[in-house]
Amino acid sequence: MNIGIVRFPGSNCEVDVWEAWKVLGQVPKMLWHQETSVRGYDLIVLPGGFSYGDYLRTGAIARFSPIMEDVIRFAKEGGMVLGICNGFQILTECGLLPGALLRNRDLHFLCQPQYLRAERTDLAFTSLYQKGEVIQIPINHGEGNYAIDDAGLKELEENGQVVFRYVDASGEVNEAGNPNGSRHNIAGIVNREGNVLGMMPHPERVVEEIVGGTDGQRLFLSLVQAWERRMQYGA
Amino acid sequence: MLKAKVTVTLKKSILDPQGSAVEKALKSMGYPVDEVRIGKYMEVTLPEAARGNATEMMHEICRKLLSNPVIEDYRFELEDKE
Repeated sequence: MNIGIVRFPGSNCEVDVWEAWKVLGQVPKMLWHQETSVRGYDLIVLPGGFSYGDYLRTGAIARFSPIMEDVIRFAKEGGMVLGICNGFQILTECGLLPGALLRNRDLHFLCQPQYLRAERTDLAFTSLYQKGEVIQIPINHGEGNYAIDDAGLKELEENGQVVFRYVDASGEVNEAGNPNGSRHNIAGIVNREGNVLGMMPHPERVVEEIVGGTDGQRLFLSLVQAWERRMQYGA
Repeated sequence: MLKAKVTVTLKKSILDPQGSAVEKALKSMGYPVDEVRIGKYMEVTLPEAARGNATEMMHEICRKLLSNPVIEDYRFELEDKE
């Protein structure tokens, strides 16, 4: 599987993502933001960090970097794209995903384990999770408060585009389980076509027991499985 | 030369936690304020050659990069710069 991880000036989770893939048997390539083509890749990952120092708005400047033009083309042609944290912010800025990420409700930078509920398990990203399963994946952000207008929110919910929601330990969607004020406790969404996923939590940080958890593993393994199926059946 | 003075503010429907924090601080200092909203102010200097379509170009710049239309509104004024 050809996996490309885009490195922007200010990215800081790209090596974690690379390491996670390596633990799971894949060797991705790093792509510099100045590159202009992502042809030949099966998956592009936009990692976390503070691309371009988060100047102006998170993801606002990264969105206009040379490589993003081709990532947008790739996504529109059905290529798989995964945006984690700052990567999610970039995906909303360039319009591949709806909404925006605002400053956390309580203004604090949050770095903590977080309970999530898997809402969609029919996607290439999540097929190895159980629907409604509660998993624990850490968050690490100052601006993860998912905002969208009422009409957009209605559309997201009606189309089942919410993939992960923040919940409490028992799996309930409530204020106590919502760390940053996101509307409808949204932690991750997918586009209507199902090939672009953006999420604030960091699955790459929980792929080995030694680092405190393995709940992130299945996201990566789901993608490998989907790719294998595509190779086998040409779907 | 021309100078564009751009103001970007969060849409009314978007909560502004920074503004709320400042508002609370002002209230606790005893000032009778109703609400504080925090935005951004930017100055863009344009060459003389851009004068003809400066308004149109500034709208485009504001929509594309300086503001995010999903959450923000913008406005600008153009003035002569010495």
